[in-house]
Amino acid sequence: MKTINKPTELGRRGFLKTSVAAPAAASLAIGVGISPQAAWAQAAQHLSAHEMASLVKMARDIYPHDHLADTHYVTACAGFDAMAADAGKKAMFAKGVADLDAAAKARHGAADYLSIAWEGDRVKLLQAIETSAFFGKVRSTLVVSLYNQKDLWAKFGYEGSSADKGGYINRGFSDIDWLPQA
Amino acid sequence: MAKFDLNDDSIVCIVGSGAGGGTLGNELAQRGIKVVILEAGGRYETQDFINDEWESFAQLAWTDMRTTSGSWRIAKDFPNLPAWIVKAVGGSTTHWAGASLRFQEHEFKTRTTYGDLQGANLLDWPITLAELEPYYAKAELKMGVTGTNGIPRLPGNNNYKVLSAGAARLGYKEFHSGNMAINSQPRDGRGSCQQIGFCFQGCKSGAKWSTLVSEIPKGEATGNMEVRPGSMVLKIEHDASGKVTGVVYVDQQGVMQRQKARVVAVAGNSIESPRLLLNSASSKYPDGLANSSGQVGRNYMRHMTGSVYAVFEQPVHMYRGTTMAGIVRDEARHDTKRGFVGGYEMETLSLGLPFMAAFLEPGGWGRPFASAMEDYPNMAGMWLVGEDMPRATNRITLDKTAKDKHGMPVASVHFDDHANDVAMRNHAYQQGRAIYEAVGATRVFNTTPYPSTHNMGTNRMSEKARDGVVNKYGQTHDIKNLFVSDGSQFTSGAACNPTLTIVSLAIRQAETMAGMMQRREI
Repeated sequence: MKTINKPTELGRRGFLKTSVAAPAAASLAIGVGISPQAAWAQAAQHLSAHEMASLVKMARDIYPHDHLADTHYVTACAGFDAMAADAGKKAMFAKGVADLDAAAKARHGAADYLSIAWEGDRVKLLQAIETSAFFGKVRSTLVVSLYNQKDLWAKFGYEGSSADKGGYINRGFSDIDWLPQA
Repeated sequence: MAKFDLNDDSIVCIVGSGAGGGTLGNELAQRGIKVVILEAGGRYETQDFINDEWESFAQLAWTDMRTTSGSWRIAKDFPNLPAWIVKAVGGSTTHWAGASLRFQEHEFKTRTTYGDLQGANLLDWPITLAELEPYYAKAELKMGVTGTNGIPRLPGNNNYKVLSAGAARLGYKEFHSGNMAINSQPRDGRGSCQQIGFCFQGCKSGAKWSTLVSEIPKGEATGNMEVRPGSMVLKIEHDASGKVTGVVYVDQQGVMQRQKARVVAVAGNSIESPRLLLNSASSKYPDGLANSSGQVGRNYMRHMTGSVYAVFEQPVHMYRGTTMAGIVRDEARHDTKRGFVGGYEMETLSLGLPFMAAFLEPGGWGRPFASAMEDYPNMAGMWLVGEDMPRATNRITLDKTAKDKHGMPVASVHFDDHANDVAMRNHAYQQGRAIYEAVGATRVFNTTPYPSTHNMGTNRMSEKARDGVVNKYGQTHDIKNLFVSDGSQFTSGAACNPTLTIVSLAIRQAETMAGMMQRREI
């Protein structure tokens, strides 16, 4: 049957596409990982670079897909900076990150949330704030802003729009070939 | 195309252009009756539809503010989106999957068949299957339902092949690719299904029946029907005698208008229709129009629903082809040995990746969720749809504080599952899992009900005026020239998808209404 590759190649194409959408995001992302020093974090208008980087780390921890480059998470989080143009939202993000950092210090002796090495330890901190408005806003935004990025759909085996390609009538709508016979 | 004057009080004014309103409008227009349809949403034609879930949602979905309460998970996960229905010309027939099934005989007699179930407000319909059968036949012909009238069934897609292979192994007998109002061959000036998928986003080939591509253009072609998009009705007005005289609405330009009418038919789906009746309260009708029984807004039903998604070792690509591509009907029977009354259907369903993320496990996150998403290409999926119990306390009321942009109170939707709904859902989850495990599923997800697509019962039919809102023709018990023409008429919800029954009732209502008008009864 016709399957959708999870192409490593597409990583580069997606990477280039994303970097057009978020100009500051791309070039440094690979070099420094998720860090306040990254150009995309430095470019934030309303959030601090540290807050921006913490949110991107949170995004990876909330929807951890190891086959996705950081750029997809940076793109998914771009909206948070825009939302923070609103003073109330800005305060919510700032306090949310500050609380996570305080918990990181108290429970793991870490400098902040970002510097906790193990995902499992960070996830425990997130679980503790799961019902907060801050976490809710971050998660409910990400579930759209991450999975609605067209250039990552193929990596999940999803082919997107179909009418423009004539539907699936000649493109494998019934090509399953591994089912056991009844 | 016809244009009628605002002061023309000889017209029938229909509020809503979906399965009920659109069909009623065309049927009346074909009989030479003048019709104005006021549709709150915009008009998007076949070529305007978008093969992109969120973009399409923004185009078509009814996202005006609504509030929720009750123990259903929707109140927590999607508190302002109780229903996933459409605000556009064609209503939710642009979004529906096309499943066109007749009710079973006992489903018109739930009080008699199921007995006096505690916490349920069961009532027999004032009509029987035998009375509706001729209209079911007309609806199937009109809509070109596959598996009827010699119309071949659609070919099964990958998702259906998984379902049917599992069903066969489990010993189920009645499964096939459905009775679908989707052309399997060119018919009625429309082409055949191209297996595009995206049935929920508006059919881009026109193969799927909707009032947008069928009833409305046919009605307009008679010169007797005018559809006004972007027209939100705020209130139905009446005279001193109590008869309705027309409606007040806000037109496409945002200007308040008054359309006079000889008859008003409400077809705004089961949340907006009772809201409109309640918002039309007056000194003569302080509890809202047609509400002497107190039943307006009550007995809200949304079907026992849920989904089962299963992961296999190898790819399925369930999203290729028709969204609802097949059905297992063996559990639709009434058989209390299973621990509940009524029955349910199992129908294939798929979501694209963006909606899968939103609906597979609302609120879910972390590795378990992410790994499920990575299994997407290897998933098969089914929707469980069964009869839920009408309850007086499951109801649409006017929100005490929230108002829409016109200053009218918004609808508040309260819902608690009946114990019967829960027992049926658990059984359905178990059987859905068994189907998939029979063909090698490695991981199975029980997905909670989506925002309601089948909304029913809030202006129900009853023989006696004290038990419901409308009579067997959808005419309100209280006001003879006020009708209800959508699924809110349903006295009970049955196991199957509601659209065929809404269309059948609308055909029947048009016939009756035309006779009443001719005899000057209304």
